[in-house]
Amino acid sequence: MTPLPIFSKYRQVLSIGVQSTLAYRINFLCRSLFALVPLTATILLWRAIYAGAGGDVAGYALEQMISYYLVIAIIDALTAVNEDDWQIVADIRDGRISQFLLKPIDYLGYRLTLYFSGRLVYWLISLLPIGCFVFFYRENLQLPANPTVWSSVVLSVALTALLQFFISFSMALLAFWVLEIDTFIFILFAIEVIAGGHLFPLDILPAAILNALAWTPFPYLLYFPASIFLERTTGTELLLGLGIQIGWTLIAFGVACFVWRRGVRQYEAAGG
Amino acid sequence: MKNFPENLSATPVKPPPSAGRHHVAIYGALCRNSIIRDMQFKTNFLLWIFVEALWFALQLAFVAVIYSHTDRIATWTRWEVVLLTGASQVIQQSFQALFLNNVVALSEHVRTGRLDFLLLLPVNARFLISLRTIDPGSLFGVFSGLAVMAYACRQMQLVPDWHQIAGFGLLCVFGILIHYSLMFLLASTSFLSVKAQGIVWGYYNLFNIARLPDAAFRGPFRACFTFGIPMLLVSNVPVKYFADKLDSPQEIFWLIGMAVLCFLVSEFGWRRALARYTSASS
Repeated sequence: MTPLPIFSKYRQVLSIGVQSTLAYRINFLCRSLFALVPLTATILLWRAIYAGAGGDVAGYALEQMISYYLVIAIIDALTAVNEDDWQIVADIRDGRISQFLLKPIDYLGYRLTLYFSGRLVYWLISLLPIGCFVFFYRENLQLPANPTVWSSVVLSVALTALLQFFISFSMALLAFWVLEIDTFIFILFAIEVIAGGHLFPLDILPAAILNALAWTPFPYLLYFPASIFLERTTGTELLLGLGIQIGWTLIAFGVACFVWRRGVRQYEAAGG
Repeated sequence: MKNFPENLSATPVKPPPSAGRHHVAIYGALCRNSIIRDMQFKTNFLLWIFVEALWFALQLAFVAVIYSHTDRIATWTRWEVVLLTGASQVIQQSFQALFLNNVVALSEHVRTGRLDFLLLLPVNARFLISLRTIDPGSLFGVFSGLAVMAYACRQMQLVPDWHQIAGFGLLCVFGILIHYSLMFLLASTSFLSVKAQGIVWGYYNLFNIARLPDAAFRGPFRACFTFGIPMLLVSNVPVKYFADKLDSPQEIFWLIGMAVLCFLVSEFGWRRALARYTSASS
């Protein structure tokens, strides 16, 4: 097959994905608006802590701490996997996946395209609430001056999106073997929340814990691109981090392909 | 000639149960059914308990990390915040055990038309929808919250009187009432749009605020989440009463008043929504 039909095929998927997610625009808007409430609360909580401490806390000035939360809010809107894993689980449970086995389309490619279309719509819808929020706190946010930093951020955010997707995809495919997959997804999400840097910047943890975490995939799901943006990860540390992130993304891709192949063999087309 | 009983009035006739006893009996049957259903999926039941425990541990870890860099958040010390986190867990998990799944299922009842059937039953529809199932697994969450509170008390050398314990329990009931009323009100919007589930889950985000110390917040944020959506009253007031930390007794009245107000507003919203209901399936 020439590359052109493949491109056109996934362009169609992208268009379908955008249209179907646009049906949930109010849902997305509510979600992004509600998400701003705990974010504001966290920023105010840190303000109270800084007011009591009277100086830097854990090597962060107040402005840097607020910047961290603004940056992760933007990266999260760009990369978080919201509904995709649940949809994949439903496809397997209800036997809908049978049709993909019969069609000349790769399921991973199909889901990845839908994920991108979902993120595109979510990002466009949340642009206004998040944009207003960042604008309100703009005095705290320092943009990197160095173009190398910007390109590293773009690369790292792209890798974060792929890593997030491949991990969620592999996890959701466990539905081939286990019926009640929801708990496993929530367990993984809980670990991601604390070890990925959703609650606090990971470099306020003791150095030994941070160094150990750096070899796991979790910091690369959110914290790492934010730390590049804030120029807290630079030089060889940055190169090493990007290397590890690329490594984990490739491993996650390999695992996703492997689990898919094994899962299809296991598949019984229940209800399909 | 057919023999009739000699004295008809002597035939024992079961008196109709009072509305209260009727509802208690129904609730007993609903609870029994829920437990039997949950016990059919034991592994899943245990895994959910583990998931909840993990999320609670995560909140405690957040407190531990913050207090490794500071001594106080406004007027709140480390163990006071741990006490607050524990109490917040007690309130949230109690709400989850009794109401959460039922309230979330409302939009599904509307979408599938099952609500028609529930409205026809000879029992208060809101009672049945709100208490249809219980989630016994969440009771472990309640116990873990109490255990953390007990540990925090020991660290603070706080020995509460019986009236502090009873008052705490009572105020928690009003906290749970706030969560329930607001969630029910939001779920009632599913009559307007069946895609309202996002709104219901969005409310879950607000739970996070309830476990933060109120003194950290000032200005419009504090006013909004005290007198608008009273999240900062839900767990803060019970804990402050328990630890003898209330700024003024008025805070108790605010909690009770806002809980009653939220309940009344949710009842109003529910009735308005029902009046517009046109049934989905028939």
